[in-house]
Amino acid sequence: MPASSQQESSESGAIQEGVQRSVSSPWNLLLIVPLLMLITPWFNHVSPRIGGVPFFYWSQLAFVPVSVLAMSIVIIVTRGKSDSVKGQS
Amino acid sequence: MTGAQAIEFSIFLVLFLFVTVLGFCAARWRVKGKLHTLDEWALAGRGFGSWVSWFLVGGDLYSAYTFIAVPALVFGAGALGFYALAYGVVAFPIAFLPVLRLWSVSRTHGYVTPADFVRGRYGSSFLALLIAVTGIVATMPYIALQLAGLESVLRVMGLNDSGILGDLPLFVAFIILAIFTYTSGLRAPALIAFVKDLLIYIVILAAIVYLPLHFGGWGSIFGHASTVLSKKSPVTGKPSGSILLTHGNQLQYATLALGSSAALFLYPHSVTAALSVKNRTVMKRTVAAMPAYSLLLGLIMLLGYVAIAAGVKPLINHATGKADTNTVIPLLFSHSLPAWFDGFAFAAIGIAALVPAAIMSIAAANLWSRNIYKAYLHRSASPEQQTRQAKFASLVVKLGALIFVVAIDPLFSIDLQLIGGVLILQTLPAVAIALYTRWLHAWGLIAGWFAGMAWGVYELYTLPAANGSGHFGGSALALKAVDLFGWHSFGGSTVQIYVGVLALIVNLVVAVVITVIARLVHAPEGVDETRAGSYHADAEKDGVKSAPLAQAPAQ
Repeated sequence: MPASSQQESSESGAIQEGVQRSVSSPWNLLLIVPLLMLITPWFNHVSPRIGGVPFFYWSQLAFVPVSVLAMSIVIIVTRGKSDSVKGQS
Repeated sequence: MTGAQAIEFSIFLVLFLFVTVLGFCAARWRVKGKLHTLDEWALAGRGFGSWVSWFLVGGDLYSAYTFIAVPALVFGAGALGFYALAYGVVAFPIAFLPVLRLWSVSRTHGYVTPADFVRGRYGSSFLALLIAVTGIVATMPYIALQLAGLESVLRVMGLNDSGILGDLPLFVAFIILAIFTYTSGLRAPALIAFVKDLLIYIVILAAIVYLPLHFGGWGSIFGHASTVLSKKSPVTGKPSGSILLTHGNQLQYATLALGSSAALFLYPHSVTAALSVKNRTVMKRTVAAMPAYSLLLGLIMLLGYVAIAAGVKPLINHATGKADTNTVIPLLFSHSLPAWFDGFAFAAIGIAALVPAAIMSIAAANLWSRNIYKAYLHRSASPEQQTRQAKFASLVVKLGALIFVVAIDPLFSIDLQLIGGVLILQTLPAVAIALYTRWLHAWGLIAGWFAGMAWGVYELYTLPAANGSGHFGGSALALKAVDLFGWHSFGGSTVQIYVGVLALIVNLVVAVVITVIARLVHAPEGVDETRAGSYHADAEKDGVKSAPLAQAPAQ
């Protein structure tokens, strides 16, 4: 029941309801950058090699730090304001 | 069993027993009361912090799939197998924002499963039932994959008899798994994930550094692999694979990665893991750190090529009489590394199968006890009764997985997981889209589910196994075979696509059409008990524990 679950959470004090803001951060668009690795024609080549490993493989592996970085930037840039105010979508 | 195999097996056994004992002891770790309420058992009291979360979510994600099935695909098909790396990299940016919303709304309203959320959002118990059933069924082939991986390790160690005795090791391993998840719930896998990941890192670093050097360096390995893969297969008359993507499988690569990414957080075990995180900050950090696991994953996949260069031939499974491609990595280790090291490696891989299998079965069991048993069969069930039901259901789910291993025999066992993916993707509209908007009507979602499910299962059925016969042999459809009521829209295209993505598109189209119709006839909308603010809620940041939920939401 909506009423009692709301009561439960405010009694325990554990969950703070978020205030809704409708604007989400443009920094969130960074999250699309890692998806570029799926445009396979860009990466489907053998050379240049690194240590004998064809371009396709090391370039795909290179997207691992890209992905971590993209998400980390989003976290840092949207930190400082509480989640509930920032309007994370 | 040879001498080397005996050494491997003894070390394997010792480590395995150690971990099992650890599992039983886990019941005492950080538990205040008894493990009888469902939340305690299934979500370990909702109190895991950053490091534990990272290990738990990772331990769940990287499994026998990672170490056995994907390298086997690379061994057999080449570059296409690398989709699993792309999946491990893109799944997390994709899931980053939605999973936060799911966490917030679930914590606010006490949701424990995806079906709980759907019921709260739409007020439709039938839709929630469909979501619950999908979650349970889709998890089974995924668990089956873990079992197949464990089985391949046991066979390489010499337990490769034919007939009933041949399947015995599998049943024994499963009983161990069943017993410790039965008593300890989610805490057992968490503790063991630490042990597993430690073992795995040691083994893999040693293998990645030593093996490529041993076989002549990457240049030579790729050259050798390219030669072997481009030989034409006697069955199909075409090369079995290549070290680059072909014209036909580039779209398949991308859709497999996207489809698997979209499916990842729809699985009940992913939702369970996500909900066990302490607050939104921990969640964000955990998700952001997840792709790091893929670096290792990518290097392990490349071992598939090393296996080709090493001249590994898959072991014949004496129980079925067929070659088991899952054995290539264990065989690679067996052939090129000392027996004592192999014992370690196999134990690590075996545990890597055990942990996610346990977590997956707990999560599926949760769906049964809350969203089917309590919702429809026994409305006044107490928390203790629900927990007992969940424990029982967890065993049944494992049994279902066992049946999948035996009954469905795709060319690559990774297809077991991809088949599960086709099924779970049909819950995307009701779960993921619903986190953002309620525009799709419950009737549309239900109709879309039926359409996508029917079409997806039908297409899977039509895919033959490697020898050209049978059903459920794979998960990739050539576009030329796409057939809408007899209209062949893609001509003779040999470009392949993941069935899951196509089935999802069918689902969405039908959902939209029926939604429009439902609105026109003013169909009842159902009650949405969530509020806009619920999707952004966060737990207190200064360490106050969230109140454990003793009650399931009123059904």
